[in-house]
Amino acid sequence: MNLRILEILLKKEIRLMMRNPFIPRMIIAMPLMVMLVLPLVANMEVKNVGVAVVDNDRSELSRRIIADMNASEFLSVKGNEFSYGNALQLIETGSADAIVVIPDNYSKNLTNGHKPKLEIDANGVNATKGMLGANYAAQSISHTLRQWHAANGAELSLSQISVMNYFNPTLNFRNYMIPALMVVLIIIICGFLPTLNLVREKETGTIEAMNVTPVSKFTFVLSKLIPYWVVGLLVITVGMIIGCLVYGLVPAGNIANIYFAAVLFSLVMSGLGVTIANTSSTMLQSIFMMFAFIMIFQLMGGLFTPIASMPQWAQYFTHAVPPRYFIEIMRSVYLKGASIADLWIQYTILACFALLFCGIASFTYRKQS
Amino acid sequence: MKNNDIAISVRGLTKRFGSFTAVDGISFEVRKGEIFGFLGANGAGKTTAMRMLCGLSYPTSGTGTVAGYDITRQAEDIKRHIGYMSQKFSLYEELTVSENLTLFSTIYGMSDEEIKVKAAEVFRTLGMENMRNSLVKDIPMGWKQKVAFSAATMHTPDVVFLDEPTGGVDPVTRRKFWEMIYKASSEGMTVFVTTHYLDEAEYCNRISIMVDGRIKALDSPQGLKKKYGAENMDEVFRIVAKDARRGN
Repeated sequence: MNLRILEILLKKEIRLMMRNPFIPRMIIAMPLMVMLVLPLVANMEVKNVGVAVVDNDRSELSRRIIADMNASEFLSVKGNEFSYGNALQLIETGSADAIVVIPDNYSKNLTNGHKPKLEIDANGVNATKGMLGANYAAQSISHTLRQWHAANGAELSLSQISVMNYFNPTLNFRNYMIPALMVVLIIIICGFLPTLNLVREKETGTIEAMNVTPVSKFTFVLSKLIPYWVVGLLVITVGMIIGCLVYGLVPAGNIANIYFAAVLFSLVMSGLGVTIANTSSTMLQSIFMMFAFIMIFQLMGGLFTPIASMPQWAQYFTHAVPPRYFIEIMRSVYLKGASIADLWIQYTILACFALLFCGIASFTYRKQS
Repeated sequence: MKNNDIAISVRGLTKRFGSFTAVDGISFEVRKGEIFGFLGANGAGKTTAMRMLCGLSYPTSGTGTVAGYDITRQAEDIKRHIGYMSQKFSLYEELTVSENLTLFSTIYGMSDEEIKVKAAEVFRTLGMENMRNSLVKDIPMGWKQKVAFSAATMHTPDVVFLDEPTGGVDPVTRRKFWEMIYKASSEGMTVFVTTHYLDEAEYCNRISIMVDGRIKALDSPQGLKKKYGAENMDEVFRIVAKDARRGN
């Protein structure tokens, strides 16, 4: 490999990139847009779960249970019905997501030391909302009961459950999403740009002018990969700045760990991009192929859905999905302050993927057909 | 068959794409310093043949050498000793004239000092000092061709391949372009040129005419005119290519 040739090729790539009216803007504008808009939209927090109550008890306690639920920011009581059938209708019309049934003489039986049962039914059509809604209702009710027991000087007969969420104490979904969105940005920018760049050279014919020179294909492919390390670092920097300024999310760990992982992952993506460009002869072909990979990467990398809740076979498959490791690193460094020593397995695997994809990229590049 | 006077030599060169035989067992030799015209109708296989000689495409069968290197096994060595300019315009449009020249010369291993001297000379002889910092996309077609030719010859290769270099260029500029070709030839470069303009064929030392993937005629322009009893190359071409089934 000739360093002088690599240097002139890199200069060429950077000049072409800077003179392009679109690319430098996209490198800044896209992270801005994704980071500013998506965390607000892609939100899994469930608020305003509608609850229909069937109060058969009509006691002071039952009224307090209902009032407390209504006071919760997550729940709103949509109706206090006399029959279960009426409550069910509220579910069917969509105005309620869960039903709470307070049985006859609930308050009396509770004081007498019996263990009467409250019933909570949730609408499973919107699974997340139903499940979370039922949980919220149960929490609110047990809170009311604890207070009531304490006020009446009675022993607490309920088992006390206390949940404490480490690393993301308020279970703020944004803390979980923002590191993942930076991964999405690198997937898209460092995957698409090198692909489009190389296919464009094919379409304009300049690639022919290069292939007929003695430039080694390894040097040439490197000149297509290296600029996207830099782009990857830029993108992650913009992402971290917005994460800090707008959402107040600062990595708990060392920023260098994030940059190191970003370089490795940028290489994985640009290696994949060059490989795709090598095998396609038009922009359209390469874009379709890249989309297929990006879909799999986003849906199976654990970005939006936890890998642990995928079926077993899919969980095995995710080991072959490189962003999985980058996402794990990002979340661990950001939220837990993990170090390279803690995450050496992820770093090693990511490095192997980077080597593999860049290897395939230069192997599949053909100067002669 | 390594002959010191031979720049290009091929035997039975063939390229098939599936069942289509683009180049069908052609054989010829080009002497050093010669201007060799490679003529043929559209689709006759000129560009495919040239791509095999430049190491851009593997021959399906046949052997050959370019600048003393084997076209099947030493393609990368060939590339160190040739220059190539394609009909598909092959400079970077978003780079300036001078950046393009520096890029290609550096890849061919010229030192910064050599490039500076050589580029200054190119700009002087072409009379385009004022355009050196213009983007290639902003200069007229005729100038682009001259710059592309300069980029392909600045490292003084043994052989320079020109694939329809004067396509879409006005007659005055074409004439000037051929002056550049003569100059390169006088400096000892072998010139292998394909063209559609039959008046240009007269400028070549020798000409081959390809029809349907085969070489149908190969001689000097005078020799061909005599052989076919023709007034000019136009007539020669029509006689030789009248049975062509491919093209158009």
